[in-house]
Amino acid sequence: MHAPTTTFAARVAVAIHDQRLQAALDRASGGFVAKRAALVDALPEFEALRERARTVKEHVLSNLDGYLLRYEAEVVRQGGHVHWAATDAEARQIILDICKAAGAKTVTKGKSMVSEEIGLNDALEAAGYQVVETDLGEYIIQLAKEPPSHIIVPAVHKTRAQVADLFEEHHRPLGYTRHLTEVSEMVNEARQVLRGHYFKADVGITGGNFLVAETGSSVIVTNEGNGDLTQTLARVHIVTTGIERVVPTLDDVTTFLRLLARSATGQETETYTTFSTGPRRVNAEQSGEHSGEHSSEHGSEHSDVDGPQEYHVVLVDNGRSKMLGGAFREMLRCIRCGACLNHCPVYTSIGGHAYGWVYPGPMGSVLTPLINGIDNAYDLPNACTLNGRCQTVCPVKIPLPGLLRELRRQQFETGLTPWPIRTALQAWAWVAQRPALYHALMRIGIPLLSLVGRKQGVLHALPLAGGWTDTRDLPAPQGGTFQQAWKAQNGARS
Amino acid sequence: MNPAAPSGRDRVLAQIRQSLRRAAQDEQAVAPLAGAGPRPAFSGDVVERFVDKMREKAASVERLASLADVGAAVARYVAAVPAGPALRVSRALAGIDWPSTLTVQRGAAVREDETSVTPCFAAVAESGGIVTLSGADTPSTLNFVPDTHIVVVHASQVVAHFEDLWAQWRATGQPMPRTVNIISGPSRTADIEQTIQLGAHGPRRLHILLVAS
Repeated sequence: MHAPTTTFAARVAVAIHDQRLQAALDRASGGFVAKRAALVDALPEFEALRERARTVKEHVLSNLDGYLLRYEAEVVRQGGHVHWAATDAEARQIILDICKAAGAKTVTKGKSMVSEEIGLNDALEAAGYQVVETDLGEYIIQLAKEPPSHIIVPAVHKTRAQVADLFEEHHRPLGYTRHLTEVSEMVNEARQVLRGHYFKADVGITGGNFLVAETGSSVIVTNEGNGDLTQTLARVHIVTTGIERVVPTLDDVTTFLRLLARSATGQETETYTTFSTGPRRVNAEQSGEHSGEHSSEHGSEHSDVDGPQEYHVVLVDNGRSKMLGGAFREMLRCIRCGACLNHCPVYTSIGGHAYGWVYPGPMGSVLTPLINGIDNAYDLPNACTLNGRCQTVCPVKIPLPGLLRELRRQQFETGLTPWPIRTALQAWAWVAQRPALYHALMRIGIPLLSLVGRKQGVLHALPLAGGWTDTRDLPAPQGGTFQQAWKAQNGARS
Repeated sequence: MNPAAPSGRDRVLAQIRQSLRRAAQDEQAVAPLAGAGPRPAFSGDVVERFVDKMREKAASVERLASLADVGAAVARYVAAVPAGPALRVSRALAGIDWPSTLTVQRGAAVREDETSVTPCFAAVAESGGIVTLSGADTPSTLNFVPDTHIVVVHASQVVAHFEDLWAQWRATGQPMPRTVNIISGPSRTADIEQTIQLGAHGPRRLHILLVAS
């Protein structure tokens, strides 16, 4: 179920020629990049926040068992339940069991990439539950029966006309018959339809951006408020999240919150930041004789009148604990902001679906082979120019290009790299390790290429490099080699 | 499942320890990292900063001289929206004389509610936000279900940074409530063509009554 049915190259070809997708990608990535840059410029502490965030994450990873146990103890103390899932299948089963025990029929869901990772919706629907995504973007792609194409804006690839068609098709049976043209009308119609679901839902599932060990809280951020309606109006609240999301204290989570919204959507903060701790409080001393004279926000003697009656956290491992011990440990710092997607020339050219699974862009190209198997995603680590923008903008300083290079190295070592590339790389390495030979070949090759391309200044075709020159021209060398130019100016920058 | 098989919990913890190449560590062994992340520095008055930041995020702010002015201010705002005279009001918000034109209901919000009025635990100036804690007298549905959310904020409740908020909460000695909401403006979405639209699922309007005393 993880392996896509088409090849990466085929999916890229479709994406490149999809003009609506290209327009959507241009609009989205340009907006996010500019907004983020403006906010980073306005916050002199941004670099120090990144460094602190990196340090806190590394500290947590080194003590991950202790922090998870501390977190679990706090959740239990507050009346909640913690479930540990070693695999995606176990996570699905745990959630199915909770829904069954609750006698649930309908499930609402706030946005959760971990739930996408474990294939939760399909499992719930196969078991007969009605599942409704409540984040507007997730709702749109649920209607379209598509996976998200971006981890923050899942329907980034959809135009308003496509959304209008989807709404007309799916809302008509509910009595909404107008064909909509304005975004405001579409948001409003989805608001009305989803309100019905929030109040009806038995189980509300959300993700967890952070887990706070100090208090046993799970934290989500949203702009729409859908996550809050999802978890507050359902009888049972289930949080699906990765084991690496725990942070020590409320002050630590503040550091990450300052980075997350700025890096993700280019906002100073998301509209709603919500800390959820246990189920609704039921006070045994409930007397019902409250006089209405409570002026403080807390400390009342009686019970909550809203909020879920059960609170469950499903901690999903699914390969993360193995990642902790190897060359990819730093990937576990990821807070899923999506900045690396927005700044990636490959992602912004091909969109998320081309990556073939739920995590796209640079972070996805690292995570997908690690979670689904290095032999299951050969192209992803290679679909990277190593330009390094992702690492530059990463709020937790993950060296993404280095991790992608390490994946390529492992592909080579394990024999996954196709033989023509293997052979060429081996030949290149052999030559490159012999400077005298290398320079001799360059002194012959460069003037030759210069001569061939002299007339037009470019080379339209090159033996053994058709893949490169099929779609673009190679600029012809100007004459000498780099070493010759370097010597000529005595190593000084010109 | 085989009852003798190790639980998911045991297997996850064992793999973490194997990856870290060390023996088990329990919750007593971890101590938070020393030091703290930087706080965004800003100059000027915290209350002015709070007002500016909330307005930047599409909330409206009205300044009142005292709590006695809240009833009339709510009546004016509701009439201008326009919305019906029924209000869903947190029980914790005591000591307000409601004009006879308004009707006040307590308890959790229901789908038909148009307007809610709530207090807050604190307000944060750095990026603009009001903070509510759920409780018997402060149901959190009031923050999300009605189209209009009116929040009464005392100027003295405004703190500079989130760290100040946490310090204030710890000082109460209370356990964490079920829900802590930090709210920075009305609900919004940009999920269709990155067009920002207010009133996605939560309130369409966030109105702050800033009481001077």
